[in-house]
Amino acid sequence: MSNPPTELLGTATNKSGVRASEVPSTGGRTGIARILLSRDTVMIYTLVFFVIYAALFIPRFASPVSTGFLLLDVIPALLIALPMTLVIITGEIDLSVASIAGLTSALMGVLWAAGLDIGAVLLISLLAGVLAGAFNGLLVAVLGLPSLAVTIGTLALFRGLALVVIGDNAVANFPPELTSFFTSKIGGTGIPTVMIGVIVVAIFFGVLLHFTPFGRGLFALGYSKEAATFVGIHVMRSKFWLYVASGSVSALAGIYWTLRYSSARSDNASGLELTVIAAVLLGGVSIFGGKGSIPGAVAGVLLIGTINFTLRLNRISDVVLIIVTGTLLIASVVAPSIFEGISKWRHTRRNRRILPPASALGATRATASGVQERK
Amino acid sequence: MEFIRPTTGRRTRRLFAFAAVAASVALVASGCASGSDVGTGAGAEGDLSVTFIPKQLNNPYTDVVLGGGQDGATAAGFTGIEVVGPLEASASSQVSFINAETQAGTSVIVIAANDPDAVGPALEEARAAGAKIVAFDSDTNPKYRDVFISQVVAKDVALIQVKLIAEQIGGSGEIAILSATANATNQNEWIKFIEEELASNPDYTDITLVAKVYGDDDDTKSFQEAQGLLQAYPNLKGIISPTTVGIAATARYLSTSDYKGKVALTGLGLPNEMRPFVKDGTVTAFALWDPAQLGYVAAFAGKALADGTITGAKGDKFDAGDMGEREVGADGLVIVGPPTTFNADNIDDYDF
Amino acid sequence: MTLTSPAPSQETPPKTARRATRDFASVLRWREIPVTIALIVLVGLTYLANPLFLSQQGVKDLLLNATIVIILAVGQAMVIITRNVDLSIGSILGIVAFSTGTLFVAVPGIPIVLVFLTGMALGALLGAVNGLLVTIAKVPSLVITLGTLYIYRGLNNAWAGGTQYFAGDRPDNFGALSVDTIAGFPLITLIAIVVVVIVAIFMASTRPGRDLYAIGSDPEAAKLFGIPVTRRVLLAFLSNGILAGLAGVLYASRFNSVGATTGTGLEFDIVAAAVVGGVAIFGGSGTVAGAAIGALLLTTITSALTAIRVDKFWQQAIVGLLILAAIIIDRVARIRTQKKLRLSEARDV
Repeated sequence: MSNPPTELLGTATNKSGVRASEVPSTGGRTGIARILLSRDTVMIYTLVFFVIYAALFIPRFASPVSTGFLLLDVIPALLIALPMTLVIITGEIDLSVASIAGLTSALMGVLWAAGLDIGAVLLISLLAGVLAGAFNGLLVAVLGLPSLAVTIGTLALFRGLALVVIGDNAVANFPPELTSFFTSKIGGTGIPTVMIGVIVVAIFFGVLLHFTPFGRGLFALGYSKEAATFVGIHVMRSKFWLYVASGSVSALAGIYWTLRYSSARSDNASGLELTVIAAVLLGGVSIFGGKGSIPGAVAGVLLIGTINFTLRLNRISDVVLIIVTGTLLIASVVAPSIFEGISKWRHTRRNRRILPPASALGATRATASGVQERK
Repeated sequence: MEFIRPTTGRRTRRLFAFAAVAASVALVASGCASGSDVGTGAGAEGDLSVTFIPKQLNNPYTDVVLGGGQDGATAAGFTGIEVVGPLEASASSQVSFINAETQAGTSVIVIAANDPDAVGPALEEARAAGAKIVAFDSDTNPKYRDVFISQVVAKDVALIQVKLIAEQIGGSGEIAILSATANATNQNEWIKFIEEELASNPDYTDITLVAKVYGDDDDTKSFQEAQGLLQAYPNLKGIISPTTVGIAATARYLSTSDYKGKVALTGLGLPNEMRPFVKDGTVTAFALWDPAQLGYVAAFAGKALADGTITGAKGDKFDAGDMGEREVGADGLVIVGPPTTFNADNIDDYDF
Repeated sequence: MTLTSPAPSQETPPKTARRATRDFASVLRWREIPVTIALIVLVGLTYLANPLFLSQQGVKDLLLNATIVIILAVGQAMVIITRNVDLSIGSILGIVAFSTGTLFVAVPGIPIVLVFLTGMALGALLGAVNGLLVTIAKVPSLVITLGTLYIYRGLNNAWAGGTQYFAGDRPDNFGALSVDTIAGFPLITLIAIVVVVIVAIFMASTRPGRDLYAIGSDPEAAKLFGIPVTRRVLLAFLSNGILAGLAGVLYASRFNSVGATTGTGLEFDIVAAAVVGGVAIFGGSGTVAGAAIGALLLTTITSALTAIRVDKFWQQAIVGLLILAAIIIDRVARIRTQKKLRLSEARDV
């Protein structure tokens, strides 16, 4: 995926990245400082800053109603962003998520219209997501095919199957108790009841990624597949289950989508994959793999969701939203690169000026990354 | 592209700089937000605000409807008039716009639904918050709105299209329908009446409807659907396209192919869009109402609802400005007017 | 992204480079065969079921449908071969198509050639922005072009608003480009064929063209060999932009309306066309001719399904399966080459 120079640099960077994080003494900084200043933390600050700003200056924003509407809107993206973070951390990608959600939705509609019990409908739909994820996992993890290409293929395939299943029809008559449950709020807080489930899923993925050997293995996998194998990580098995997880959560998002809008259609959630990936990358997950966090990704989704919401509240056209999303995405990945370049340039200059003998040393140290980067 | 071998100072600076960039983007975004006319007096006592939510923004037909809507809203005495909507006509995309209006305390929401049910829960919340709901152009499920402003009597639209196509193909042969989305409430109702009319009227016994296809109101897709129809049904003599995007795309295909002049086309189209195809002989005649009147009446209906003059019950009457007095029919239905037929003789008299 | 998988990087030491190129060439040829056969079989079967499929108008429609996709797939193939991707082409096409509509209205009587040049220049500009961001910021193209996909689409929306331009707003001889034929080939299809030939020659027999393959198959080695990687990658994005611009102008010639949403959602179709045509998604192999055939195959499937009245809902699922088949074929081909390379190396020793 990555462009050649990046690819080049990507490997070099990742390796030094490992070193930097494993040997904090190089930077002379404590663990806490590192956490406080990491890229995903900055995203969380940005989110908090933006929410405070909106609460103070955007009319009508500071109300429980906002919380409710905002969260209801972001839940599908929020859910899918969780497994997506893990998938991207291992250096893979899953573009088929929105199509899986669409397929689930279509299936729900058809099964419900066929008169099945709602419990069975939900179960079968969820199972369909699991199977779809397993199919991706089979192709990517077991057969070792490139995930970008595979999931572009399954993006078309699953959306196609959704069309085959339900065609141009829409099913709307889901049990009202269920659909109203999906838009209900917890007391006067404005927080949707379904958020409880979402938080459980988020905690699950958060703990899995950050507090288990499996999670640490995923980071290792993202740095270097070979190294991960040596360390004793089951590359194939880990990736396979990640895709299964991705499929399952996408199915949950599909179920949510269907019941929230009480409308099962083949085009539900279409295009959501790009929003999710944009948000996850914005949240500090590195597209090269090996870097990222669940809180960062969640902050990324919420930031885009909040900007989106404030724009709508002020009746600003979605056009602005599209441009802001794109700009934020590019800025978030380009900015570090540019600052890197500037500080390196300053560093070299300072070295030359102040420490003539040390410059030779500096040059050798920089070879790994610097020389190639100079183009 | 992450940080290579960072030192504290450098990295901190960089991160702050990044945060600054992100924050300024956000500020710019919300800056232009607060800069615009924010819901003029929305929710304030005595002031009435109306917001139009079309199926999709940036659609020529919608623009004409909204133009009439804004005129109507101004004439009816609304103080805050807004237009919001999704860029893509998908089922769920209108919901968050309805939510935002609920929160803004808008008095009247005028909506053309992409999906009669998907917008339901959101509209119920809006009503609970005190808003009046006017559906226009494309209806929602009747339980979610107060009135529905219909262009014309649905059956009249169907009948005029059947009559036109029958004339153009000489009363017998295979015909097909190229519609908008398969879920579009208005198109589906017309198609139902078209089918009934073909089945029941003895004048049309020789006409067979062989296919219904959907171009999703997308120019490219409609174009290719038209092409596919002609290939799959070699004996096809005519196409009815009850949607402005569909008829224009089909006309474009016919006029650029060997089928020009051999296959008849009629349906609902905008005169400005169809003019070249009428002039070059691809299309003989088609129909439509004046879309601006639709928006105009919808605005007045909204005003009457907000004032409490009407409740949406059958027999309620309200004043619709230049359009005279209007009466609410069964199921909260308000009819705007009869359809007009456009042909080479009169098309230049219209500009929309 | 570790889409590098078993990149031939380790297996291909510099001294076997020339033989590798030769072997590669044979594999490339091999790779276009499945997609070509699939196309022939598809057309043949459909013809048997509905002879109208290959009527004069039928063939013309097939070619016209493929034209714009072919041009986009050729540009995308150049980018993918360098181990990059450009997701923003749908948005570029949209902006250029709308600017074409605007140009005809704003400058009555503007020469058509000038419209083409303007469209391609605008495309070049947008493509160059992608290329510069990718090469200078050294961020994967997937991320950058995902960003510009949004930004360009947003700009198009902001510019166009509710305005649309219709076929009637454009001069008849411009629209005639997609109606008139020479020897059964619509004029715009001939333009596409010329594009394919020029780019194919460029890729196969010029230094910069071959460099693109080198960069895609092993960027590190490419740099060591002294290939100006940055400039070449930029060139690929620039060319892709120009071609997307050309496609945008042709879109305006063929279809009725151009506006804010023109070209939405094209990106995956185009990448799919290239992949189905044998362009490996992780770069370094495939040909633009293959991509063009892939594009023809995908558009023909749509028409074929309609022509034999198969439920069109199957179409997208079939496209998905085809993409997966193409990737698997690609993998099999790669394994075979590596085996061959290993054998020949062993013999050398």
